[in-house]
Amino acid sequence: VSEPKAVSRFVPPVMAAFLAGLLVLSAVVYLARPSASPIGPGGPFHLEDQNGRPVSDQDMKGRPFLVFFGYTHCPDVCPTTLFEISEVMKALGKDVDRARALFITVDPERDTPAALKDYLSNFDPHLRGLTGDREAVDAALKAYRVYAKKIPLKDGDYTMDHTAVVYLMDKDGRFVATFNLNQTPQAAAAQLRGYL
Amino acid sequence: MIKANWKNSTSGLSVVFVLAAVMPLIFAPPARAADYDIGSIHITQPWARATPKGASSGAAYITITNNGKTPDRVSCVSSDASAQCQIHTMSMEDGVMKMRPVEGGLEIKAGETVILKPSGFHVMLVNLKHPLQQGKMVNTTLKFENAGTINVEYPVAAIGAAAPGAPASEGGMKMEGHGGMKQMDKH
Repeated sequence: VSEPKAVSRFVPPVMAAFLAGLLVLSAVVYLARPSASPIGPGGPFHLEDQNGRPVSDQDMKGRPFLVFFGYTHCPDVCPTTLFEISEVMKALGKDVDRARALFITVDPERDTPAALKDYLSNFDPHLRGLTGDREAVDAALKAYRVYAKKIPLKDGDYTMDHTAVVYLMDKDGRFVATFNLNQTPQAAAAQLRGYL
Repeated sequence: MIKANWKNSTSGLSVVFVLAAVMPLIFAPPARAADYDIGSIHITQPWARATPKGASSGAAYITITNNGKTPDRVSCVSSDASAQCQIHTMSMEDGVMKMRPVEGGLEIKAGETVILKPSGFHVMLVNLKHPLQQGKMVNTTLKFENAGTINVEYPVAAIGAAAPGAPASEGGMKMEGHGGMKQMDKH
Protein backbone atom coordinates (compact mmCIF):
# COMPACT_ATOMS: atom_id res chain seq x y z
CA VAL A 1 0.00 0.00 0.00
CA SER A 2 2.83 2.35 0.77
CA GLU A 3 4.66 1.43 -2.40
CA PRO A 4 2.74 3.62 -4.84
CA LYS A 5 3.30 6.61 -2.54
CA ALA A 6 7.01 5.92 -2.46
CA VAL A 7 7.03 5.76 -6.21
CA SER A 8 5.04 8.96 -6.65
CA ARG A 9 7.31 10.77 -4.21
CA PHE A 10 10.22 9.49 -6.18
CA VAL A 11 8.89 10.51 -9.60
CA PRO A 12 9.22 14.33 -9.54
CA PRO A 13 12.95 14.38 -8.73
CA VAL A 14 13.59 11.75 -11.41
CA MET A 15 11.60 13.73 -13.94
CA ALA A 16 13.40 16.94 -13.00
CA ALA A 17 16.78 15.26 -13.33
CA PHE A 18 15.76 13.82 -16.66
CA LEU A 19 14.57 17.18 -17.98
CA ALA A 20 17.69 18.92 -16.75
CA GLY A 21 19.77 16.28 -18.48
CA LEU A 22 17.80 16.78 -21.67
CA LEU A 23 18.37 20.51 -21.46
CA VAL A 24 22.11 20.11 -20.98
CA LEU A 25 22.27 17.58 -23.80
CA SER A 26 20.45 19.82 -26.25
CA ALA A 27 22.67 22.74 -25.30
CA VAL A 28 25.74 20.60 -25.95
CA VAL A 29 24.35 19.44 -29.29
CA TYR A 30 23.57 23.04 -30.24
CA LEU A 31 27.00 24.35 -29.25
CA ALA A 32 28.80 21.44 -30.88
CA ARG A 33 27.10 22.29 -34.20
CA PRO A 34 29.95 23.07 -36.56
CA SER A 35 30.23 26.75 -37.25
CA ALA A 36 31.75 28.39 -40.29
CA SER A 37 35.51 28.41 -40.45
CA PRO A 38 37.29 31.40 -41.97
CA ILE A 39 40.23 29.27 -43.08
CA GLY A 40 38.34 26.50 -44.87
CA PRO A 41 37.79 26.10 -48.59
CA GLY A 42 35.84 28.80 -50.36
CA GLY A 43 36.44 32.24 -51.72
CA PRO A 44 35.93 34.42 -54.74
CA PHE A 45 34.87 33.03 -58.11
CA HIS A 46 33.55 34.54 -61.31
CA LEU A 47 31.77 32.01 -63.49
CA GLU A 48 28.60 31.72 -65.54
CA ASP A 49 25.59 29.48 -65.05
CA GLN A 50 23.86 27.08 -67.43
CA ASN A 51 21.85 29.98 -68.84
CA GLY A 52 24.97 32.01 -69.56
CA ARG A 53 24.37 34.42 -66.67
CA PRO A 54 27.41 35.58 -64.72
CA VAL A 55 27.58 34.24 -61.16
CA SER A 56 30.09 35.21 -58.50
CA ASP A 57 30.66 34.37 -54.87
CA GLN A 58 28.98 37.70 -54.04
CA ASP A 59 25.72 36.38 -55.52
CA MET A 60 25.83 33.52 -53.02
CA LYS A 61 25.65 35.83 -50.00
CA GLY A 62 22.57 35.57 -47.83
CA ARG A 63 21.84 31.90 -48.26
CA PRO A 64 23.73 28.75 -47.29
CA PHE A 65 24.69 26.57 -50.21
CA LEU A 66 25.93 23.14 -51.15
CA VAL A 67 28.68 23.02 -53.73
CA PHE A 68 29.92 20.01 -55.66
CA PHE A 69 32.63 19.85 -58.31
CA GLY A 70 32.36 17.37 -61.16
CA TYR A 71 31.84 17.06 -64.89
CA THR A 72 29.09 15.86 -67.19
CA HIS A 73 31.14 13.08 -68.80
CA CYS A 74 31.42 11.40 -65.42
CA PRO A 75 29.36 8.20 -65.41
CA ASP A 76 29.06 7.31 -61.79
CA VAL A 77 29.79 9.58 -58.87
CA CYS A 78 28.57 12.84 -60.44
CA PRO A 79 25.04 11.76 -61.41
CA THR A 80 24.75 9.95 -58.08
CA THR A 81 25.76 13.03 -56.11
CA LEU A 82 23.61 15.41 -58.15
CA PHE A 83 20.71 13.07 -57.69
CA GLU A 84 21.26 13.02 -53.92
CA ILE A 85 21.54 16.80 -53.80
CA SER A 86 18.29 17.00 -55.78
CA GLU A 87 16.63 14.85 -53.14
CA VAL A 88 17.86 17.19 -50.39
CA MET A 89 16.52 20.22 -52.27
CA LYS A 90 13.14 18.50 -52.60
CA ALA A 91 13.17 17.60 -48.91
CA LEU A 92 13.70 21.27 -48.03
CA GLY A 93 10.13 21.92 -49.14
CA LYS A 94 9.25 25.60 -49.00
CA ASP A 95 12.66 26.41 -47.53
CA VAL A 96 14.29 25.50 -50.83
CA ASP A 97 14.34 29.14 -51.91
CA ARG A 98 16.39 30.02 -48.84
CA ALA A 99 19.27 27.72 -49.84
CA ARG A 100 21.28 27.07 -52.98
CA ALA A 101 23.06 24.21 -54.68
CA LEU A 102 25.94 24.59 -57.13
CA PHE A 103 27.54 22.13 -59.50
CA ILE A 104 30.86 23.59 -60.67
CA THR A 105 32.52 21.85 -63.58
CA VAL A 106 36.15 20.76 -63.47
CA ASP A 107 36.01 20.23 -67.23
CA PRO A 108 35.04 23.58 -68.81
CA GLU A 109 36.37 22.54 -72.23
CA ARG A 110 33.50 20.10 -72.63
CA ASP A 111 31.02 21.54 -70.12
CA THR A 112 29.71 24.62 -71.86
CA PRO A 113 26.65 26.38 -70.41
CA ALA A 114 24.53 24.54 -73.00
CA ALA A 115 26.01 21.16 -72.03
CA LEU A 116 25.36 21.91 -68.35
CA LYS A 117 21.82 23.00 -69.10
CA ASP A 118 21.02 19.73 -70.87
CA TYR A 119 22.64 17.69 -68.16
CA LEU A 120 20.95 19.49 -65.27
CA SER A 121 17.51 19.19 -66.86
CA ASN A 122 17.34 15.75 -65.24
CA PHE A 123 17.90 17.07 -61.74
CA ASP A 124 16.25 19.46 -59.31
CA PRO A 125 15.72 22.83 -61.01
CA HIS A 126 17.35 24.62 -58.05
CA LEU A 127 20.73 23.16 -58.98
CA ARG A 128 22.85 25.70 -60.81
CA GLY A 129 25.67 24.53 -63.02
CA LEU A 130 28.69 26.81 -63.25
CA THR A 131 31.40 26.96 -65.87
CA GLY A 132 33.70 29.54 -67.39
CA ASP A 133 37.00 29.80 -69.18
CA ARG A 134 39.84 27.61 -67.96
CA GLU A 135 41.39 30.42 -65.92
CA ALA A 136 38.14 31.29 -64.15
CA VAL A 137 37.42 27.64 -63.37
CA ASP A 138 40.97 27.09 -62.13
CA ALA A 139 40.59 30.07 -59.79
CA ALA A 140 37.39 28.55 -58.37
CA LEU A 141 39.06 25.14 -57.99
CA LYS A 142 41.94 26.77 -56.14
CA ALA A 143 39.66 28.77 -53.84
CA TYR A 144 37.76 25.61 -52.97
CA ARG A 145 40.90 23.46 -52.78
CA VAL A 146 39.57 21.09 -55.36
CA TYR A 147 41.93 18.70 -57.07
CA ALA A 148 41.19 17.96 -60.73
CA LYS A 149 43.37 16.23 -63.30
CA LYS A 150 42.76 15.03 -66.83
CA ILE A 151 43.45 11.34 -67.34
CA PRO A 152 43.73 10.43 -71.01
CA LEU A 153 42.03 7.27 -72.23
CA LYS A 154 42.88 5.38 -75.39
CA ASP A 155 41.30 6.94 -78.48
CA GLY A 156 41.84 10.53 -77.35
CA ASP A 157 39.03 10.65 -74.81
CA TYR A 158 39.72 11.48 -71.17
CA THR A 159 38.24 11.20 -67.71
CA MET A 160 38.93 13.48 -64.76
CA ASP A 161 40.22 12.61 -61.34
CA HIS A 162 38.55 15.12 -59.09
CA THR A 163 37.63 15.96 -55.52
CA ALA A 164 34.13 14.58 -55.18
CA VAL A 165 33.03 15.81 -51.78
CA VAL A 166 30.12 18.18 -51.22
CA TYR A 167 30.85 21.32 -49.23
CA LEU A 168 28.32 23.06 -47.03
CA MET A 169 28.93 26.81 -47.06
CA ASP A 170 27.11 29.22 -44.77
CA LYS A 171 25.22 32.33 -45.84
CA ASP A 172 28.39 34.40 -45.64
CA GLY A 173 30.10 32.02 -48.07
CA ARG A 174 32.28 30.47 -45.37
CA PHE A 175 33.02 26.77 -45.22
CA VAL A 176 31.04 24.87 -42.60
CA ALA A 177 31.76 21.21 -43.25
CA THR A 178 31.80 18.56 -45.89
CA PHE A 179 28.18 17.61 -46.34
CA ASN A 180 27.12 14.06 -45.62
CA LEU A 181 24.78 12.67 -48.27
CA ASN A 182 24.83 9.19 -46.75
CA GLN A 183 21.72 9.98 -44.77
CA THR A 184 18.08 10.36 -45.66
CA PRO A 185 17.23 13.48 -47.70
CA GLN A 186 15.07 14.55 -44.76
CA ALA A 187 17.97 14.34 -42.30
CA ALA A 188 20.28 16.13 -44.74
CA ALA A 189 17.66 18.85 -45.29
CA ALA A 190 17.27 19.27 -41.53
CA GLN A 191 21.03 19.79 -41.26
CA LEU A 192 20.98 22.37 -44.05
CA ARG A 193 18.03 24.15 -42.41
CA GLY A 194 20.27 24.79 -39.40
CA TYR A 195 22.16 27.34 -41.51
CA LEU A 196 19.28 29.21 -43.16
CA MET B 1 -16.13 -25.45 -81.29
CA ILE B 2 -14.62 -22.16 -82.36
CA LYS B 3 -11.15 -23.38 -81.42
CA ALA B 4 -11.62 -26.46 -83.56
CA ASN B 5 -12.69 -24.31 -86.47
CA TRP B 6 -9.59 -22.16 -86.09
CA LYS B 7 -7.32 -25.13 -86.06
CA ASN B 8 -8.86 -26.45 -89.22
CA SER B 9 -8.95 -23.28 -91.25
CA THR B 10 -6.08 -21.22 -92.60
CA SER B 11 -7.78 -17.97 -91.59
CA GLY B 12 -8.03 -19.28 -88.03
CA LEU B 13 -4.35 -20.07 -88.08
CA SER B 14 -3.43 -16.63 -89.27
CA VAL B 15 -5.49 -15.13 -86.44
CA VAL B 16 -3.47 -17.23 -84.03
CA PHE B 17 -0.25 -16.04 -85.64
CA VAL B 18 -1.32 -12.43 -85.51
CA LEU B 19 -2.32 -12.81 -81.87
CA ALA B 20 0.97 -14.48 -81.09
CA ALA B 21 2.79 -11.61 -82.71
CA VAL B 22 0.74 -8.88 -81.06
CA MET B 23 0.35 -10.28 -77.55
CA PRO B 24 3.91 -9.48 -76.45
CA LEU B 25 3.42 -5.92 -77.66
CA ILE B 26 0.22 -5.50 -75.70
CA PHE B 27 1.40 -7.25 -72.58
CA ALA B 28 5.04 -6.23 -72.79
CA PRO B 29 6.62 -7.38 -69.55
CA PRO B 30 8.91 -4.89 -67.80
CA ALA B 31 12.52 -5.19 -68.88
CA ARG B 32 13.97 -8.06 -66.86
CA ALA B 33 17.46 -9.16 -66.08
CA ALA B 34 18.49 -12.66 -67.05
CA ASP B 35 21.29 -14.83 -65.70
CA TYR B 36 23.99 -16.04 -68.04
CA ASP B 37 26.33 -18.99 -68.07
CA ILE B 38 29.37 -19.47 -70.23
CA GLY B 39 31.90 -22.16 -69.41
CA SER B 40 32.42 -21.99 -65.66
CA ILE B 41 31.41 -18.34 -65.52
CA HIS B 42 28.04 -17.44 -64.03
CA ILE B 43 26.68 -13.91 -64.52
CA THR B 44 23.77 -12.52 -62.51
CA GLN B 45 21.93 -9.26 -62.00
CA PRO B 46 22.95 -7.19 -65.00
CA TRP B 47 21.67 -3.62 -64.74
CA ALA B 48 22.55 -0.14 -65.89
CA ARG B 49 21.64 3.35 -64.82
CA ALA B 50 19.77 5.89 -66.87
CA THR B 51 21.96 8.78 -67.98
CA PRO B 52 21.16 12.48 -67.75
CA LYS B 53 20.50 14.30 -70.99
CA GLY B 54 23.67 15.00 -72.93
CA ALA B 55 25.84 12.66 -70.84
CA SER B 56 28.53 11.07 -72.97
CA SER B 57 29.11 8.03 -70.83
CA GLY B 58 27.09 5.58 -68.81
CA ALA B 59 27.71 2.65 -66.52
CA ALA B 60 26.43 -0.91 -66.40
CA TYR B 61 26.86 -3.46 -63.65
CA ILE B 62 26.90 -7.24 -63.22
CA THR B 63 27.85 -9.89 -60.71
CA ILE B 64 30.34 -12.45 -62.04
CA THR B 65 31.14 -15.78 -60.39
CA ASN B 66 33.93 -18.03 -61.54
CA ASN B 67 32.98 -21.61 -60.64
CA GLY B 68 36.03 -22.99 -62.41
CA LYS B 69 39.44 -24.03 -61.15
CA THR B 70 41.42 -21.43 -63.07
CA PRO B 71 41.21 -17.63 -63.00
CA ASP B 72 39.63 -15.83 -65.93
CA ARG B 73 39.75 -12.29 -67.20
CA VAL B 74 36.87 -10.33 -68.64
CA SER B 75 36.87 -7.28 -70.86
CA CYS B 76 34.13 -5.49 -72.74
CA VAL B 77 34.34 -5.74 -76.50
CA SER B 78 31.42 -3.58 -77.60
CA SER B 79 28.00 -2.20 -76.75
CA ASP B 80 24.99 -1.32 -78.86
CA ALA B 81 24.65 1.96 -76.96
CA SER B 82 28.13 3.40 -77.18
CA ALA B 83 31.14 3.74 -79.44
CA GLN B 84 33.41 2.06 -76.90
CA CYS B 85 32.98 -0.23 -73.96
CA GLN B 86 35.58 -0.69 -71.23
CA ILE B 87 35.71 -2.08 -67.74
CA HIS B 88 36.74 0.59 -65.25
CA THR B 89 37.59 0.71 -61.64
CA MET B 90 36.69 3.63 -59.40
CA SER B 91 38.14 4.60 -56.09
CA MET B 92 37.95 7.45 -53.64
CA GLU B 93 41.21 8.59 -52.06
CA ASP B 94 41.06 11.53 -49.67
CA GLY B 95 37.84 12.69 -51.27
CA VAL B 96 39.30 12.45 -54.78
CA MET B 97 37.44 10.24 -57.22
CA LYS B 98 39.71 8.28 -59.52
CA MET B 99 38.52 6.20 -62.41
CA ARG B 100 40.76 3.98 -64.51
CA PRO B 101 40.31 1.43 -67.24
CA VAL B 102 41.19 -2.06 -66.01
CA GLU B 103 44.09 -3.01 -68.25
CA GLY B 104 44.22 -6.54 -69.58
CA GLY B 105 40.77 -7.42 -68.31
CA LEU B 106 39.21 -7.70 -64.87
CA GLU B 107 40.42 -10.82 -63.12
CA ILE B 108 37.85 -13.21 -61.68
CA LYS B 109 39.78 -15.65 -59.52
CA ALA B 110 38.81 -19.31 -59.35
CA GLY B 111 35.86 -19.77 -57.02
CA GLU B 112 35.40 -16.03 -56.52
CA THR B 113 32.59 -13.58 -57.17
CA VAL B 114 33.22 -10.02 -58.32
CA ILE B 115 30.40 -7.52 -58.06
CA LEU B 116 30.41 -4.57 -60.41
CA LYS B 117 28.44 -1.79 -58.70
CA PRO B 118 28.20 2.01 -58.34
CA SER B 119 31.38 3.54 -56.90
CA GLY B 120 33.36 0.43 -57.83
CA PHE B 121 34.06 -1.65 -60.89
CA HIS B 122 31.70 -0.88 -63.76
CA VAL B 123 31.22 -1.56 -67.42
CA MET B 124 31.84 1.92 -68.79
CA LEU B 125 29.97 2.85 -71.94
CA VAL B 126 32.08 5.56 -73.54
CA ASN B 127 30.67 7.96 -76.12
CA LEU B 128 27.02 7.07 -75.87
CA LYS B 129 25.06 7.01 -79.10
CA HIS B 130 21.91 7.88 -77.16
CA PRO B 131 20.99 8.38 -73.48
CA LEU B 132 20.28 5.24 -71.50
CA GLN B 133 16.58 5.36 -70.76
CA GLN B 134 14.95 3.87 -67.72
CA GLY B 135 12.98 0.74 -68.58
CA LYS B 136 14.95 0.06 -71.76
CA MET B 137 17.72 -2.46 -72.27
CA VAL B 138 21.37 -1.96 -73.12
CA ASN B 139 23.58 -4.64 -74.62
CA THR B 140 27.26 -5.47 -74.35
CA THR B 141 29.53 -8.17 -75.66
CA LEU B 142 31.84 -9.40 -72.93
CA LYS B 143 34.91 -11.46 -73.61
CA PHE B 144 36.30 -13.91 -71.08
CA GLU B 145 39.83 -15.03 -71.88
CA ASN B 146 39.05 -18.66 -71.10
CA ALA B 147 35.28 -18.98 -71.06
CA GLY B 148 34.66 -17.13 -74.31
CA THR B 149 32.46 -14.36 -75.57
CA ILE B 150 28.93 -13.65 -74.41
CA ASN B 151 26.25 -11.09 -75.08
CA VAL B 152 24.71 -9.57 -71.94
CA GLU B 153 21.56 -7.44 -71.72
CA TYR B 154 21.14 -4.91 -68.91
CA PRO B 155 17.77 -3.42 -67.91
CA VAL B 156 18.16 0.30 -67.29
CA ALA B 157 17.20 1.55 -63.81
CA ALA B 158 16.63 5.16 -62.70
CA ILE B 159 19.29 7.85 -62.60
CA GLY B 160 20.87 7.62 -59.18
CA ALA B 161 19.51 4.12 -58.49
CA ALA B 162 21.72 2.41 -55.93
CA ALA B 163 20.75 -1.12 -56.89
CA PRO B 164 18.98 -2.94 -59.73
CA GLY B 165 15.24 -2.56 -59.66
CA ALA B 166 15.42 -0.43 -56.53
CA PRO B 167 13.59 2.85 -56.45
CA ALA B 168 15.90 5.77 -57.03
CA SER B 169 15.94 6.51 -53.31
CA GLU B 170 13.85 6.28 -50.20
CA GLY B 171 12.38 9.64 -51.08
CA GLY B 172 10.21 7.84 -53.58
CA MET B 173 11.05 10.20 -56.42
CA LYS B 174 11.15 8.69 -59.87
CA MET B 175 13.20 10.11 -62.66
CA GLU B 176 12.87 9.46 -66.34
CA GLY B 177 15.85 9.22 -68.59
CA HIS B 178 14.58 11.52 -71.29
CA GLY B 179 14.84 15.00 -69.93
CA GLY B 180 11.37 15.21 -68.41
CA MET B 181 11.12 16.75 -64.97
CA LYS B 182 10.64 14.49 -62.07
CA GLN B 183 7.49 13.71 -60.20
CA MET B 184 7.20 15.48 -56.90
CA ASP B 185 7.39 13.59 -53.66
CA LYS B 186 4.01 12.76 -52.30
CA HIS B 187 4.29 13.02 -48.53
